[in-house]
Amino acid sequence: MTAIRSPIADAWARRHLTVAFAAVFVGALGGLVQAFVRAGWMTLPPWLDYYAVLTVHGVLLALVSTTYFIFAYLLAGNGRTLGDLSPGGRRFVALGFWLMTVGILLAAAMILAGEASVLYTFYLPLQAHPLFYIGLALFVVGTWSVAYALIRQYFDWKKAHPGERTPLFAFMATVTLFIWWIASLGVAATVLFQMIPLSLGWVSGVNVELSRTLFWYFGHPLVYFWLLPAYMVWYVNLPKIIGGRLFSDALARFAFLLFLVFSFPVGVHHQLTEPGIRDVWKFFQVVLTFAVVVPSLMTAFNVFATFELTAREKGHRGLFGWIRALPWQDVRFLAPFLAMLFFIPGGIGGLINASYQMNAMVHNTLFVVGHFHVTVGTPVMLTFFGASFWLIPNLTGRTLPAGARRLGLVQAILWAAGMLLMSIAQHALGLMGAPRRTAFTTYQNHPVAESWFSTPIANYATMAAGGALLFTAAVLMVGLAVYLAFFAPKAAPDRAEPFPLAEAAEEGMQPALLENWRLWLTLAAVLIVIAYTVPLIDIANHGAPLVRGYRTW
Amino acid sequence: MPVHRYEKWWLTFGIGTLAVFLAVLGLRAFASGHTPPGSVLTVDPELIDTIAPWNAPGVYDRGDRVDVYLVGQAFSYAPNRIEVPVGKPVTFHAVTKDVVHSFTIVGTTVNMMLIPGYANEATYTFKAPGRYLVLCNEYCGVGHQFMQAEVIAQ
Ligand code: HEM
Ligand SMILES: [Cu+2]
Ligand SMILES: [Cu+2]
Repeated sequence: MTAIRSPIADAWARRHLTVAFAAVFVGALGGLVQAFVRAGWMTLPPWLDYYAVLTVHGVLLALVSTTYFIFAYLLAGNGRTLGDLSPGGRRFVALGFWLMTVGILLAAAMILAGEASVLYTFYLPLQAHPLFYIGLALFVVGTWSVAYALIRQYFDWKKAHPGERTPLFAFMATVTLFIWWIASLGVAATVLFQMIPLSLGWVSGVNVELSRTLFWYFGHPLVYFWLLPAYMVWYVNLPKIIGGRLFSDALARFAFLLFLVFSFPVGVHHQLTEPGIRDVWKFFQVVLTFAVVVPSLMTAFNVFATFELTAREKGHRGLFGWIRALPWQDVRFLAPFLAMLFFIPGGIGGLINASYQMNAMVHNTLFVVGHFHVTVGTPVMLTFFGASFWLIPNLTGRTLPAGARRLGLVQAILWAAGMLLMSIAQHALGLMGAPRRTAFTTYQNHPVAESWFSTPIANYATMAAGGALLFTAAVLMVGLAVYLAFFAPKAAPDRAEPFPLAEAAEEGMQPALLENWRLWLTLAAVLIVIAYTVPLIDIANHGAPLVRGYRTW
Repeated sequence: MPVHRYEKWWLTFGIGTLAVFLAVLGLRAFASGHTPPGSVLTVDPELIDTIAPWNAPGVYDRGDRVDVYLVGQAFSYAPNRIEVPVGKPVTFHAVTKDVVHSFTIVGTTVNMMLIPGYANEATYTFKAPGRYLVLCNEYCGVGHQFMQAEVIAQ
């Protein structure tokens, strides 16, 4: 596959990347502060609320840096495989980018002004300043606009190339964006119809459990919106980086379609310990949660088969001999590979969280914080970091010098080491009962709480030490990104660091089924209806009293 | 779509494992009655001070079991010293007067969300006497880290 040039999409990809890395820097600073405060290593000045910092951390890292990075990557990759944006597409991307950016600046201003210390989940009936919610709404509408441009680009290509297999990258991008579209309807509904009216005083109360159910209808598929682009790097870019071909194109597509179908009807696994939802429905969504593990198992197989196949094609033998043949010295491989390893405990932890009655052991403890740092915080982010080493110079027409590669290896290892330390401590602290989202406290010197400061592993100090390593790694990454964007050597025309696009070893036949979008979207809709209709009717029938808003910070 | 033999084995093993996990969870839930906390009883947070049983929170010994009625609010619990017997099932019934909180007894399986508009409940039998830390693990405002109580099992 030869790369196509797409200067307009590239320009927008660069803008998205700029915001993403700015968010990583500020967000990581917040993370460091949180880890240090909880360990008692520092105290915040009276004008700075711990929970404002935590809101910034969650919003900037989980919502902003991920979304902007993903859009940058999808814009660039669609450009390389489908061609540049049409004039119409370009307008939607520009509109979307500015709506998102203005929205997030508005929300950030409210958080920093202390008007929105509601954390990145903004659960009702905490009531933030209306501009915070309006900012969020603008952000979401902006994402719809960018997503529309990219989805449209895919279907235009399909129409112009009847009977051809669509490029794998663009196919996967389209699945990812459909997931985002369908998921974000839930959060949009609660923001537009509950939060904004409440904060403006148009209504005097809201149904809290309804809002939470809408939120989590969005919240779980959101994690697939983060994860699938990282999987795309593993499926589409990594095989090329190691000099091989993807094991199976058709199975890769099928795995993505399974995500499209199964990622929505599972949000209730975040609500297992709350009232208002009957046990049967909690259990039903737990079962579906386990089903959505299957496409991840398929991904693991496909990716590792690709590694082995490539090494064997290069003549490496033995049961494990091929492992040595992988390019361990290449940051473009090492970073995403380490990221994959973290997804092993990440996935297992997810199954524990989702295990129905077992959830009560870990719900809202630091175990959960450990869990999402070894899912989105590393498998996703470290993959994006590793991808930046080719994406940024590719987009800026530069090369990737050897020095930056070496520092990149240092960055990846530091991040992995820091995350290992921090996440082990968080998982262990959580099992000992330490709560998440909680500023420094010893609970009036309660012996249980004091043990969190003194046992070797389940210890806030261990968490903070990991946090310090992580912060160093984050600063190094942002520095490298700035270097690659502005200071790395300019490449001769068409000699910039390539955007690695792999071909597939087994194209397999392409069952027409795989491109039958109507079918897969319908299946997704049917499962959503089955999983949510009765729980929503129940909530309506309970007729829980509407609750007024509170500002408790 | 050709599927490699090893992939078939891998997926069979994976899906089989998931199915076993689910069977265990399901059996524990629907055969042994070990379900997560939950309730569909609605309660108006504005009326908690005036309606029974919430207007008299406390411990009620019913002979072979115990009911505890609890009210959470930013940033405290009533009662905040809860004395319960060892060896009898204790059902904690809890509500919130304002925002979302949790009622969490560290070192036990009692960990439930208090959602305004609903009551919630969880049952636990204390096996060993002791002083158990109760804390709120859902962010509820500036004083969230001070929201605590104690269960004394004896
Ligand atoms: C410099 C690296 C990082 C450090 C030191 C760090 C540290 C922490 C700590 C200590 C907490 C727990 C705070 C509490 O519950 O009281 C936390 C929460 C969180 N972190 Fe990180 N983190 C880092 C990077 C990331 C990344 C890369 C992501 C995701 C992309 C992320 C996402 C989150 C989220 C979503 C929360 C939960 C916020 C909430 O509960 O409202 N973090 N982080
Ligand atoms: Cu989830
Ligand atoms: Cu609280």
